Amino acid sequence: MSDRIEVLKTYKTYVGGKFPRSESGKTYPIKDASGSVIANACRCTRKDVRDAMLPARSAFGDWSGRSGYNRGQILYRIAEMLEGRKEQFIKELELGGMKAKAAAEEVNLSIDRLVYFAGWTDKYPQVFGTINPVASQHFNFTAPEPTGVVAIISTDESPLLSIVSQVAPVIAGGNSCVVLASETNPLVVVSFGEVLNSSDVPGGVVNILTGFRDEMLDHLTKHMDVNAVFNSIDNQETRKLIDLNASISVKRVHHYPVDSWFDEKHENPYLILEFQESKTTWHPAGV
Amino acid sequence: MTQSTKEKSQNGEVKPTSPNSDLKLDFNSFWSYSDAPESSGHIKLKEKYDLFINGEFVAGKKGRMMNTINPSTEKPLAEFTEATSEDVDAAVKSARKAYEKTWSKLSGKERGKYIYRLARMIQEHAKDLAIIESMDGGKPIRESRDVDVPLAAAYFFYYAGWADKLDYAFPGRKADPVGVCGQIIPWNFPLLMLSWKIAPALAAGNTVVLKPAETTPLTALKFAEICQDAGLPDGVVNIVTGAGPTGAAIVDHPDVDKIAFTGSTEVGKIIQKSLAGTEKKFTLELGGKGPNIVFEDAPIDQAVEGIINSIFFNQGHVCCAGSRLLVQEGISDKLLKKLKERMETLIVGDPLDKNTDIGAINSKMQYDKINEYLEIGVNEGATIHQSSVDIPENGYFCKPTLFTDVGQSNRIVQEEIFGPVLTIQTFRTPEEAIDKANNTPFGLAGGIWTDKGSKIFKVSQKIRSGVVWANTFNKFDPTSPFGGYKESGMGREGGLHGLYPYVNLK
Repeated sequence: MSDRIEVLKTYKTYVGGKFPRSESGKTYPIKDASGSVIANACRCTRKDVRDAMLPARSAFGDWSGRSGYNRGQILYRIAEMLEGRKEQFIKELELGGMKAKAAAEEVNLSIDRLVYFAGWTDKYPQVFGTINPVASQHFNFTAPEPTGVVAIISTDESPLLSIVSQVAPVIAGGNSCVVLASETNPLVVVSFGEVLNSSDVPGGVVNILTGFRDEMLDHLTKHMDVNAVFNSIDNQETRKLIDLNASISVKRVHHYPVDSWFDEKHENPYLILEFQESKTTWHPAGV
Repeated sequence: MTQSTKEKSQNGEVKPTSPNSDLKLDFNSFWSYSDAPESSGHIKLKEKYDLFINGEFVAGKKGRMMNTINPSTEKPLAEFTEATSEDVDAAVKSARKAYEKTWSKLSGKERGKYIYRLARMIQEHAKDLAIIESMDGGKPIRESRDVDVPLAAAYFFYYAGWADKLDYAFPGRKADPVGVCGQIIPWNFPLLMLSWKIAPALAAGNTVVLKPAETTPLTALKFAEICQDAGLPDGVVNIVTGAGPTGAAIVDHPDVDKIAFTGSTEVGKIIQKSLAGTEKKFTLELGGKGPNIVFEDAPIDQAVEGIINSIFFNQGHVCCAGSRLLVQEGISDKLLKKLKERMETLIVGDPLDKNTDIGAINSKMQYDKINEYLEIGVNEGATIHQSSVDIPENGYFCKPTLFTDVGQSNRIVQEEIFGPVLTIQTFRTPEEAIDKANNTPFGLAGGIWTDKGSKIFKVSQKIRSGVVWANTFNKFDPTSPFGGYKESGMGREGGLHGLYPYVNLK
């Protein structure tokens, strides 16, 4: 059996709950530490960005209307699925040049972080919502609501933990998102799409594109249907480009440079709050 | 009162109605209003106002002056200084010094006591401030007296109490001040917007450089005098007057840590753009095109009052105005009739007259803009209706206006007019109402009128806007967060949420 030919996986993108190739037909080689090609990833372009926006927007209505309890269970389900496919993810991270121990740590923490945010879905509205004691005869309350479609720019380092740490608070809060995966190791991120797909996350809630950031970032952050940008690339030029594009349609931008995604400080409800709007509702109290 | 013709049902019989249902509002033939002007003879305005920097009034470095006029008479009220970037720099330096040397060293308790003082002194000067507000901005005295000024005092009173309680505001975090805040406010609620900006900033331990709008600088300058009288440490509040270039100098100043802007979406985008690539925090309260949705089961007379308030309050110079009326088909004829009748009772005229419902349009520029939109509306094929009210010969006045036969893509439906101009569309189902309500780039505020609670919750959750008024409209309170979704801005002012933009969480 030793001469069996291994079946290699084709890595595609994850958009609208499906796994399409880039519309451009372009790919780029992903190499392992020794420099040999391990896979070809999709090199997405402007058209793919636009194609990903449609399912993201369509999914927002349903996802944002789900109960916190339901979203919590689905986030927890992602963790369960990831736990079950741990070995595959460790292997993929190792292929990208990570040591076995570090790879295992990253996968473990990714699972735990999903569980952490799963628990927040039905709690952050109580922490950040208020009943406002107005002076007039009205009942008045403020509740957080998701901002909409969030563009997530994830880092090259810790490719899995990065996307988990960014996507979890965004979707826990009822947003949908379009993610630019790690450029250097997108394979594990595409595989995470498979986990999402088998976790009852409705198609379109998370959309993952691979390719060169420089070729997609401008189009993604300019897109009029993006409501907010969650950027973890700590580069002045990138930041400025995102800010400028955001000003075209008053997008919210959260720059979140990260030294290490392993730090526990990345687990907090304020990350959910960054992608929430506050809605205040008034009603007369009287007959 | 005059009798209108009885409504007939389909078989031609007169419909049974309540005894008063066919009475028409007709105040003028029954009684008429005498003039009731608030006296303004005792109001002392300086001929020239300097800039308020580091606790004192100082002349601008270049000595350039601007005029502010009374828009109801077109006569000048006072001259004020146009602050240059050098002046802004002096104001920022003074704010930085005050932040480092005094304000951040004070305990929250002591800071709070200063802010309480400001609240109290606004109350003490309430009458004069209201009169000046109406003279400078054109708003009816009834509104500046009953809404703007009391609320401004209330915002200071509310946030004063937060100053020593910040540890309880953000669970798990310590709230540090941001530093020097640059604040730029609009002309529609001058003193009130000042209070929305300055009160939370000071409570959180920041110092401020504030620029009032160039058509309404006077109450901010009066507030500067109040800061002096209150003994507020020098440099904690700096007021620099001027127009766009002065605002740009604040936004671009490298030593400002946070920008808070209230104004048009157009300028908001310019500000967001010029802040690109910087570390400055910012909040934007921008324009709106608020939907006001009236369902068939709404309390119709209350709804009519609500519509009047939603669009004619403050001449419609309200970012959260309900400028798009959406009426369910079955009641649209009846509602429109009642609305037109109610509009006929509105008095347009002298802002200082206590009977005035609609005062003067704030400036020539805004007056021209509104008239341009009236023309655009007519050219787009909409049907215009204006009340028959007489308007004064001098000054900038606009009759209350309705547009029917409008389409969702019409400019008068999509763009903010910022005047007493209402567009009216109809809908059949709640889903259609929600679609139409959300179909603009804005998302600041909206209204719903229905007696059915479950419908209120369903529709209010689907409207993408920061404020929803159900069976009421245009209500404000210091404890109540306010701010927009989408292109209506980001960040909240008011309430606990209003502290968030003024702190760094550790």
